Amino acid sequence: MSSKAERNALDVDRTGEQRQVRMPALIDLIARHRVLAAIVFLMVLPWATPYEALAINILIFGLYAIGFNLIFGYAGMLSFGHAAFFGLGAYGCGIPIAKFGFPWFVALPLGVAVAGLAAAIIGWLAIRARGIYFAMVTLALSQIVYYVVFQWVSLTGGEDGLRGVAVNSIDIFGLRLNMLDPMTKYYAILVIVAVALWLFSRILNSPFGGVLEAIRENEKRAAACGYDIKGTRWLAFLLSGLFSGLAGALYAMHLSVVPIETLHYFNSAIVVMMALLGGMGTFFGPFLGALVYLLLEDIITVITVHWQLFVGALFVFLILFFPRGIWGSLLHWMKQ
Amino acid sequence: MWFHSIGLLLRGVRVTFDLFLLQLFTGVALGAIYVLVALGLSLIFGLLTIVNFAHSQFFMLGAYVGAFIMGFVGNFWLALVGVPIVVGLIGMVCERFLIRPLYGRGIDYPLLLTFGLGLIILEIVRMLAGTAGIPFGTPPSLSGAVDLGVFFFPKYRLFLIGITAVILVGLWLFLERTSYGLIIRAGARDQEIVQILGIDVSKVWLVVFGVGIALAGLAGLLAAPIRGVFPEMGVPVLVEAFVVTVVGGMGSLFGAVVAGLLVGITVSFTSFYFPQMATLSMFLLMALVLIFRPRGLFGRAGLLD
Repeated sequence: MSSKAERNALDVDRTGEQRQVRMPALIDLIARHRVLAAIVFLMVLPWATPYEALAINILIFGLYAIGFNLIFGYAGMLSFGHAAFFGLGAYGCGIPIAKFGFPWFVALPLGVAVAGLAAAIIGWLAIRARGIYFAMVTLALSQIVYYVVFQWVSLTGGEDGLRGVAVNSIDIFGLRLNMLDPMTKYYAILVIVAVALWLFSRILNSPFGGVLEAIRENEKRAAACGYDIKGTRWLAFLLSGLFSGLAGALYAMHLSVVPIETLHYFNSAIVVMMALLGGMGTFFGPFLGALVYLLLEDIITVITVHWQLFVGALFVFLILFFPRGIWGSLLHWMKQ
Repeated sequence: MWFHSIGLLLRGVRVTFDLFLLQLFTGVALGAIYVLVALGLSLIFGLLTIVNFAHSQFFMLGAYVGAFIMGFVGNFWLALVGVPIVVGLIGMVCERFLIRPLYGRGIDYPLLLTFGLGLIILEIVRMLAGTAGIPFGTPPSLSGAVDLGVFFFPKYRLFLIGITAVILVGLWLFLERTSYGLIIRAGARDQEIVQILGIDVSKVWLVVFGVGIALAGLAGLLAAPIRGVFPEMGVPVLVEAFVVTVVGGMGSLFGAVVAGLLVGITVSFTSFYFPQMATLSMFLLMALVLIFRPRGLFGRAGLLD
């Protein structure tokens, strides 16, 4: 049986895009060209947000949420430690720039590599913990990263965060991009995010993506078919960490500082919330979740300092009444 | 001359042995808090298959309710009785209205819901009691140190060890020697059969959740004189309790006790000999357990499938 046929046979997502069900033409078109649709959407985004810095945050956290969704939505494993990869991506990119004066195009892959290394190790340990253990173990292991970075003040700046990650301009193909201009910065980051999205879509469409969903739907059957459960999960965790690390590295370049909060467990919760809000296991959901979450945060933090109360209430509300999320509900409603 | 140096040597050994005992006792006192928190977590998981991410916020709530009762009546012993009742009741309300609709909907849902619930509790406490934290002294009758023959030990920490032992015995008697405990144990093994026998399982779950939360609240009150009372006091506790549960084995009460003490002693010794490794030592312990015995020291096989 070819992997494609295998995937179609198993393709009854909990929430997600069903490729066999008839859908309205526009949705069908978007689903068919999802990377292109996402890029078009992101290209007009800065005109729709109140200010450009928010659009850049949506771009970065959207990528973070998409990376997280690989393990949560597609592999069905709830990680509560993804802040470690986002944060290590940020520090791994920021420290070479701020402390050693590396150029950005060296620092960026370094950040991604550091995050990937951490994901490989944490994943290797956490995969041993089954089911519900997984969330607890990933949370606990990510706290190690937090403590180490917090205490290593000489390298990381500790509690004050890392300062001086200055990327003022980028020279590329004889072109000088002024990164102090928010619009230029947005589109420069968008180019990188677009490549990442294309890669992500390729991963989902590959036989590996099919096996991943097969394991989520029926682990025993996938094992009986001869697939390597642990290896596949570990690879998914590693890839998920790499995407989160890339988001973190871009965040460091965007902010020109790395706050210690990037590693805080609340940052792990935020990405869970974004995936949930948009619709886990869907391609566009996490981006939409990041968009709605950051817009809400932007509005509510102006009114009250008790933003976390709303985050908590939103968690409770989503779980009780709206578990499919925005995009997931839209897809579900279209199918009816 | 030579016997003099041997005498010195022996004295040196004796001093290190005293120190060793002191560190051991400190570790057990530290572990007592871990045991109480992890016990509640394990109890709830064992029966309801819920990982309660709000556990640490109920811990914090316990300390605040205790401080509130102390402010009113100024009696630590009354707080000791009042806190588990008040916090346990709040927990039962949360179970009834928030968690009960989620039974049978997959393990991640209640986990995420309790995380949100924890944030709500944290923020409400911040709104009502302020972000700065409030003073909480050791009760006068328990302050000072007591001579244990080989070393002086803080009276309060000794009390901590004692009260934890009393709670453990009480819980054991409740689970093993009462008819209600029998229902709980039966429910943990096979709830369907218990239901068929005509027992209202949802009522049992409500009580178990209440008891687990009451233990968390009590632990918060007991930890208050040592850790201080502030809104974020629960944050490290959640992670510590997870480490203890992973080491001991999810859902095993005996495992929670052994692992709680083990983690407490590990932290106590590393903070004495390698202070910079104190926070990391428990995670290394967890990593070791994950590598060599992924289901925990006393975890049941197949529980997590």
